[in-house]
Amino acid sequence: MLDLSLLDTVILIVFSMIGIALLLNLWRLIIGPSVPDRILALDTMYINTIALIILYGIQMDTALYFEAALLIAMLGFVSTVAVCKYLLRGDIIE
Amino acid sequence: MRLKAKLSWLPTPFRSLLLFVVWLLLNNSISVGHLILATILAILIPLLTFRFREPQPLILKPGLALRHFLLVLYDIVTANVQVAILILGSSKKLRPAFVKVPLDLSHEMPITILASTVSLTPGTVSAEIYPIPESITEDDKEPQKYLLIHVLDLEDEEALIKMIKQRYEAPLKEIFQC
Amino acid sequence: MIFEWFVSVLLLIGGAFILIGSIGLNKMPDFFMRLHGPTKATTLGMAAVLIAAMVYFSFTQNGISVKEILISVFLLITAPISGYMLIKAAIHHKLEAKKGTKGLDNIEDD
Repeated sequence: MLDLSLLDTVILIVFSMIGIALLLNLWRLIIGPSVPDRILALDTMYINTIALIILYGIQMDTALYFEAALLIAMLGFVSTVAVCKYLLRGDIIE
Repeated sequence: MRLKAKLSWLPTPFRSLLLFVVWLLLNNSISVGHLILATILAILIPLLTFRFREPQPLILKPGLALRHFLLVLYDIVTANVQVAILILGSSKKLRPAFVKVPLDLSHEMPITILASTVSLTPGTVSAEIYPIPESITEDDKEPQKYLLIHVLDLEDEEALIKMIKQRYEAPLKEIFQC
Repeated sequence: MIFEWFVSVLLLIGGAFILIGSIGLNKMPDFFMRLHGPTKATTLGMAAVLIAAMVYFSFTQNGISVKEILISVFLLITAPISGYMLIKAAIHHKLEAKKGTKGLDNIEDD
């Protein structure tokens, strides 16, 4: 029997929850059926990845991963808006 | 409604305050050096960038703005629990609908805030502002604007429109005085 | 330890909301309804996870840690905007809404 504290157990449970959520998003990314659906799935995957990284930071007991999470949040938002803009106008910067 | 700030070197006081706080949060420190750097950035960045934007109405009632912000936060939590229950329930029972809400606001900034609060709160996502800017002709300067929203589970259209107008739009009109 | 319980409960709530958002993304019948899950449930879930991280780092490392608020605020501001861009793209591409959706004639051509 592994000797885990309460927090370690909870972190493992939440890891698997977010893992399932990522798989569900991946399924939606694969089956589509339309392009906006796929962008939405990708955007949700970005956000879930932030949660995953923050959680990993808690598990490793280091605040180093904060910057990585912030960068992913910004890149995710900008890429979503850029792809939507491309769908809307056929051009990103007019 | 007021478009110009009182102090010419501080064109957007609240954006400056936001920059100041964000810089301190980013460094997670309140040492003297960071306080000075934050002040310089909070004054310089708005001065350099405010010419790129159209002048937007300023917040004239900060106390009311704070109260409205807390109300919206509370609504986000309750509405999210509602949406979670709707998602977990049977999706056949849901009654999705598109609803057009007439707007009294006319400036971009208040409309953006309203659209964002509508997106984050009760089972609705704002979809479009009508009329679309490109289709407005020159002689029709002030057309009635509409906000198109998508509702996940519509019960009563009239009640929803009334709720959005009273709960979210009226305080915004008060805050920006327009 | 009381703070350990607090962090655990917040993490569980956050994980549950993130999972619900993704379930909504998968089981809803049309795009417009799918949009509701990720824009709302996931945002609240992220806020809960980040508050948990904030509390945890404030207790375990010296000095309080508040910078996690930054990500929460950033997500809170950007989630409606990406949702708006997505639904605009969907309307532009004339995606089909589920049968029985009311008020479809409210959509104007652009």
